[in-house]
Amino acid sequence: MAVVKLGSGYNIGVPPQACSFIEHAGPQAGKPAAAAQNNNLPLLSIVSTGGTIASRIDYRTGSVTSQFDANDILVAIPELAEIAHYRTIPLATILSENMTPAIWQDLARAVHDEIKGGARGVIVTHGTDTMAYSAAALSFMIDSPAPIVFVGSQRSADRPSSDNAMNAVSAAAAATSDLGEVAVVMHDSTNDDRCAIHRGTRVRKMHTSRRDAFRSLGADPVGYVEYPSRTVTLTPGAIRRGERKLALHDNLEPHCGLIQFFPGMSPDILKAYEGYRGLVIAGTGLGHTSTALIPGLRKLSDDGTLVVMTSQCMHGRVCDRVYDTGRDLLAAGVLEGGDLLPEAALVKLMWVLGNEKSPEKAKALMQNDLKGECTRRSAHGL
Amino acid sequence: MDYKALGLVAGIEIHQQLDTKEKLFCHCPTTLREIAEHNGEFSRYLRATVSEMGEIDRAAKEEMKSDRKFLYYAYDTTCLVENDEEPPAPMNEEALSVCLTIGKMFGMTPVPQVHTMRKLVIDGSNTSGFQRTALVALNGTLPNGGQIETICLEEEACQRVKDEVFSLDRLGIPLIEITTSPCMHTPEDVQKVAEYIGMALRSTGKVKRGIGTIRQDVNISIAAGARVEIKGVQELDLIAEVVRREVQRQQSLLEIRDELVKRSAAVTDGGRDVTDLFKDTKSTVLKKAKKIRALVLPGFAGLVGREIQPGRRLGSEMSDYAKKCGVGGIFHTDELPAYGVTAEEVAMLRSHVSAGAQDCVILASGSSEKQAMCAVAQVVVRAKIALSENPVPEETRKMLETGSTAYMRPLPGAARMYPETDVLPVAIDAARWNAVTIPELLTDRADRYVKEYGIDRPYALQLAGSEKLPLFERAVNEGIKAKLAAFTILSTVTELRRDGTDIAKIPDEAYLAAWHAVEKGQAAKEAVPEIFRSIAAGCTFEDSLKKLAPAVSREELEAIVRKIISERSDFVAQKGKGALGPLMGVVMAEVRGSVDGKLVSEVLRKEIDKVSNGK
Repeated sequence: MAVVKLGSGYNIGVPPQACSFIEHAGPQAGKPAAAAQNNNLPLLSIVSTGGTIASRIDYRTGSVTSQFDANDILVAIPELAEIAHYRTIPLATILSENMTPAIWQDLARAVHDEIKGGARGVIVTHGTDTMAYSAAALSFMIDSPAPIVFVGSQRSADRPSSDNAMNAVSAAAAATSDLGEVAVVMHDSTNDDRCAIHRGTRVRKMHTSRRDAFRSLGADPVGYVEYPSRTVTLTPGAIRRGERKLALHDNLEPHCGLIQFFPGMSPDILKAYEGYRGLVIAGTGLGHTSTALIPGLRKLSDDGTLVVMTSQCMHGRVCDRVYDTGRDLLAAGVLEGGDLLPEAALVKLMWVLGNEKSPEKAKALMQNDLKGECTRRSAHGL
Repeated sequence: MDYKALGLVAGIEIHQQLDTKEKLFCHCPTTLREIAEHNGEFSRYLRATVSEMGEIDRAAKEEMKSDRKFLYYAYDTTCLVENDEEPPAPMNEEALSVCLTIGKMFGMTPVPQVHTMRKLVIDGSNTSGFQRTALVALNGTLPNGGQIETICLEEEACQRVKDEVFSLDRLGIPLIEITTSPCMHTPEDVQKVAEYIGMALRSTGKVKRGIGTIRQDVNISIAAGARVEIKGVQELDLIAEVVRREVQRQQSLLEIRDELVKRSAAVTDGGRDVTDLFKDTKSTVLKKAKKIRALVLPGFAGLVGREIQPGRRLGSEMSDYAKKCGVGGIFHTDELPAYGVTAEEVAMLRSHVSAGAQDCVILASGSSEKQAMCAVAQVVVRAKIALSENPVPEETRKMLETGSTAYMRPLPGAARMYPETDVLPVAIDAARWNAVTIPELLTDRADRYVKEYGIDRPYALQLAGSEKLPLFERAVNEGIKAKLAAFTILSTVTELRRDGTDIAKIPDEAYLAAWHAVEKGQAAKEAVPEIFRSIAAGCTFEDSLKKLAPAVSREELEAIVRKIISERSDFVAQKGKGALGPLMGVVMAEVRGSVDGKLVSEVLRKEIDKVSNGK
C-alpha cells in the first residue's frame, strides 16, 4: 500500500495503482542549526551511538529507527545547555542489538580521547537493549578519573512523554558530578522525579518497556539524580572523580560465548563452541547444568576454553560445592563466576582473555573484583 | 437573527464512546471507576515534539508555556499501556467493526488501509502526550443533504480529577469521531443533525450510554469572523444555544474592533512593574503576588469590559490567554474598583502609568517576574488581535455551563499528527466491508413497534431510545406482552426514580421475573412498583413477591369480594353498579396487588350484579 498524508495530517494506505503523480512536495524542514552553548560551563562530551533516545519514524518499515545525532539531542533538550557546554561525537547510529565488541572498542577509544582532551565527563547515548553490556565493556577497558555515563530512553524520543529528556539531563548532571566511574543513568521509578546512577558492571535491564527497567543487581545504585532540581547524591561506595588515573586497555577477545542452560539441553550445542577461547554458562540455581553436559564441558575446558559458571537466577552467588553435579562441574574444569551477572561475566571474559595470555592468571582475574563486577560479601538480598 | 445574512456556517464533530469489551489499544476492560478505588499513582512531565513534517504544532507550543507536572491515578483495571510504560496492543477489532458498521450506515467509503496516528495533546489528558486516532471511512451523507466527511476511531483521554490530576480508567476507551462538513446554517440545524447522528449511533447497540459518553464539538464561523471549535458540548439541548452565543461573540468582537479603529486604539508591548504601588493593598490576589505589571491599552477603555456573550467580556478573553502562563487571571480598569482594589488605588495606578480617560489599564500579577511578564505578553497578543483585521482568532474553546465559551488553545493544525509507529496498519478488504450489516435505525424500530405492538409513536420512540431496549426485546421474545414491558420501562421506572428509588439496583432478571409473574397471574401488574421498591431496598424477587403478592386463588378472591360486599350491603344497595369503582380500591387493598385489576373488576362486577339482581 502507498501511504498518503491528507491535509488533515491523517495518513491512509491506498493501493499504489490508485495514485498518480502530481508534483514533488516542497522541501522538508531542514536539519536544526547547531544548538547555542555557554562556554563558561564545564565541557562534556556526548558520544552518540543511537538507540531510542535518538529515534524517529523509519519509512522502510513504518516502525522507529535511530536517526538523531548528538546535536539533535541538544536542540531537542534545551535544559542540557544550562548544565554544560558540549562536544558532540557521532560514533554510530544503530539500535543497540546491532552493537559488536569491535564497536565497544571504538567507543572506548573515543571516550578515552575525550577525557584525555579535557572533557569533565562523557555521556554515551545508547540503545537500552544492550546498554549494560557496553557499560560493562567500557568499565573494563578504561580506567577513568572522570564519569562515563551511559544514558538511553525506554520510550521513543518522538513522543511527548519520552523519558529521554529527564534521563539526558540527569546524565549530564551525573557527568559533571564527583562520580569517577562508568555508570548507567536511567529512571529510578515510573515517576519523572529521580534517576538512579548504576554501576556499569552491576546493572541489568529488567523490564522490556518500563522507564525504570534498569536495576542494580546484588548492589545498591551508586547514586541518584533528583529531577528537576538535578541534585546529585553519591553513596559512600561510589568511586569518586580523580580516584583512578586515565588508562586505556582496549584489547578484547571476541571468541567468547554465553549460553543459558535449560532442562533437556542437548550436549551437541556445546560443539558449536569448540575453538572458542571462553564460554559463560548461565546455569540453574547455584550454577548447574545437567550431568549430560559435563563431558562436553570437560572437553571444552581440556581444549583450552575457559568455561565460567554464572546463574540465571540473576540474584545471588554461584556455589558448585553443594551438590554432586556442581562438584562434577568443578572437576571438569568449570570456573565458579561468583556473583558476576552473566552478561558482565561474558564481557569480562572477553577483556581478560584479550589482555592475559596465561590461563591460570586469566582464571584468577575472573575471580577477582576489577571494577565492582563481583562482590566479596553478599550484602544485598533480592 | 438573520443567520443567513451573517453567513453562519457550522459543522459538528461527534465523539461517542463505544461499548466494547476491551479498550482500543490494550486488553483492559472499558469500565469507569470511582476515584477512591485507585490503587496507584505516578507523576510525569510532557514536552512538545516535532511532527512528521518537522514542525511543532501551534496548539502544543501554547501548552508548553508552563512546565506542568501531571499526576495520574491507576486502577486494578488499568495496565502499563495506560501508564505509557508498554507499547500498544494491535487495534481492537471489535471497535473497528463498530466504526465500519456506522460508516456503512451513512453510505461512506472505508479507507483501504487504516493507519493509526498520534495526535499531539500535551495538556496532560493523555499519558503519552498524544491521542491515538485512525481515519476509517470517508464521504457519507446525512438525510438533510449534508455531508459526513470522516469517521475516525480514537482512544478516549483521561478523566480530569482536578487541575493537573488525571484518572486513567477512561483513557483508551474506544471513541468514534464523526465529522460533518460545514453544512449547517442555523443553530437549530446543528442541533437536529447532532440528534440524528446520536440516534444512528445508538441504533448499533454498541455505544456507551449516560452522561459523558457522547460529546459534541461544534465548528462555527460567520462570514466576517473566523472558524472556532467549541469542545465538549455534552447536552444536546445546549447545542443551538452554543451556536447562537458564538455568533453573538463573533459579532461583538467585530463591533469592538470597529470602535477601536475609530478611536485609533493601539497596543504597545511590555508594560511596567507596579509591584510597589500595591504594597499596602487589601486585594488578596495582588498581596499574594511577587510581581505586578501594568499594561496601558490606549483607546480600550470600556471595551475590555464590554460583554461579548452572556458572562463573557473581551477582558475574559485576555484573562484566558494570560492563564496559559500559570496565573489565575488578570484585572482591568473597566472592572475596577473591585476584588479588594480600591478607587484610590485605581486613580493612583492610572496617574502612575499616565493612562487617559479612553485608556484601559491591565494588571497582571505573578509569582515571579517571568510569570508576570509572560501574562502581560499574552494580553498584548490578544489585544493586538482585537484591533486587527481579523479580530476573531481561530481558536479551540471550551463550553462553560450555560453555553458561553472560554479560550483553550489555538486551533491545531496538521502539524500535530505523527504516525503511531507501534501499531501495524489494518487493511479493510472488500470481503470485510461486504460482510458489514446495517442495523435497523431506532426511528424505524419505533415505527415497527407502533405497527406490531400498537404502542403510541411518542412512546415507541422513547422505548427505542431507551437504555432498556435490549431488555424490552428480550421480554417480547420470551412472550411478555409488549405493552406491559413498555409500560414498566417507561412509566413505572420513571415514577419510582422520581420517588427516590434506586432503579440501578433492579437487575434485568427481576424485570423479567416480575413480568412473568404478572403474565401467569401470580401478581397483579399494579404490584410491580411495590415489588421493585422492595428489590431496590435489598429484598430478593421471590421474597418481595411472597411478601407483596401472596397468591390468591379465584375462589379466595370471590370469598373476599363477597365479604366486602356484605359488609357494605347498604352502600351497594344504594349505588348499584356505581359501587364498582369505589369498591375496586377496597378489594385491591385487601389482596395487596396479588390479583390483576382486571380480574378483580370482573369478579366484583359479577358479585355486585348478583346482589343487585337478588334484590
